[in-house]
Amino acid sequence: MIREFTLIDVFYLVAAIRWTLVLSVAAFAGGGAIGLVVAIMRVSAFAPLRWLAAAYVQLVQGTPLLCILFVFFFGLSIFGLPVQAWIAATLALSIYASAFLGEIWRGALQSIPKTQWEAGGALGLGFAEQLRYVIVPQAVRVSIPPTVGFLVQLVKNTSLAATIGFIELAREGQLTTASTFQPFTVYCTVAFLYFLLCFPLTQLSRALERKYNVVG
Amino acid sequence: MNYTFQFRDIFNAWQFLAEGLATTLHLSVVTMVFGMAVGVACAAARLYGGPALRAAVGAYVEIIRNTPLLIQLFIVFFGLPSLGIRLDALTAATISLTINLGAYATEIVRAGLQAIPRSQIEAGHALGLSGLQVFRYIVLAPALRLMFPALASQFILLMLATSIASQISVQDLFHAASIIQSRTFRDFEVYTVIAVLYLALALLLRAAFALIYRMAFANR
Repeated sequence: MIREFTLIDVFYLVAAIRWTLVLSVAAFAGGGAIGLVVAIMRVSAFAPLRWLAAAYVQLVQGTPLLCILFVFFFGLSIFGLPVQAWIAATLALSIYASAFLGEIWRGALQSIPKTQWEAGGALGLGFAEQLRYVIVPQAVRVSIPPTVGFLVQLVKNTSLAATIGFIELAREGQLTTASTFQPFTVYCTVAFLYFLLCFPLTQLSRALERKYNVVG
Repeated sequence: MNYTFQFRDIFNAWQFLAEGLATTLHLSVVTMVFGMAVGVACAAARLYGGPALRAAVGAYVEIIRNTPLLIQLFIVFFGLPSLGIRLDALTAATISLTINLGAYATEIVRAGLQAIPRSQIEAGHALGLSGLQVFRYIVLAPALRLMFPALASQFILLMLATSIASQISVQDLFHAASIIQSRTFRDFEVYTVIAVLYLALALLLRAAFALIYRMAFANR
């Protein structure tokens, strides 16, 4: 039974945005936590830690997100986890985000002059204290614009979770297409909704960049 | 963890992997060439064009960069036929990926072109070069060096993103995985192997770009 694409379908699509947002926030939280560790490992004084973090970033950034999603989706059962799309999607997107956020934050940490570390050391602060009280407060300003810029990539890439059956905006679009058979209208609506989510973030990232006057 | 990994069946199906790899490479290279052309043309239009043209290019860049590639592919492959434009999967993927890369390339090229000091362009004009000659020799050639690293990263991201074309049934490397999966039921292993192949391809591309950079720009 083919029905028309009506206002109610638009409401369903709008409602599906919440899962796109939930997935984005979860991936940002997970990716941020791992990314912070990656960034700190990348600037640590102990070389093997730096190499390990660099290899991790290389591995994740050199693999398509689609692959990471599928590996996690089919790998869940091996590690005794229930095979559910949302678990795989959250894990895969967190891993993906951690590599990119790790690199962004490493860049921010390294943009702080070495003399600042030395000044902290001269005051008798250890590595963790130098990081916590001297470097991070300054690096945060540098890192905010590119982090917000990456959020746009993250929100857009949650659409790939549709391929493993997680029902968010893109998947809802596929389902609506299947029942209304109006792919052009439906997907243009979906694209427009993504644009409404992403464009303000893009503008915010630019405004912050101007405000902090740093090159992202 | 009591799972026995079995990779033998996957390596036995190597010809699917080889064919998929060829399609992925083909799609990536063609898109890089076309996308770069779109990028240069749009960046030039955005910098030197009239207000209407500038606004149009600006809208193109913003719309593409703020919507997911997956949906762009769906619009071109599933949506356009309802407007009477029917494309096979590979053509639809090439067009979508070109449009997508073009938007990112536009921004990179624009930043590169803007970095050329105005005085150099004036010097070119003073030497009697035509507008096109100034653009080619004075602006584009040195700007290419500035934008090369950013473009190389974008190209590698694009190569990885071609995997999304499998979702509109392009028979690329990622699609080969689903074929092998349906024959062997070794889903975890097959996607691990595919991930390693993509990783190898990404590292190879990075090495190739580094080599090109050294050969093209080292002694200038």
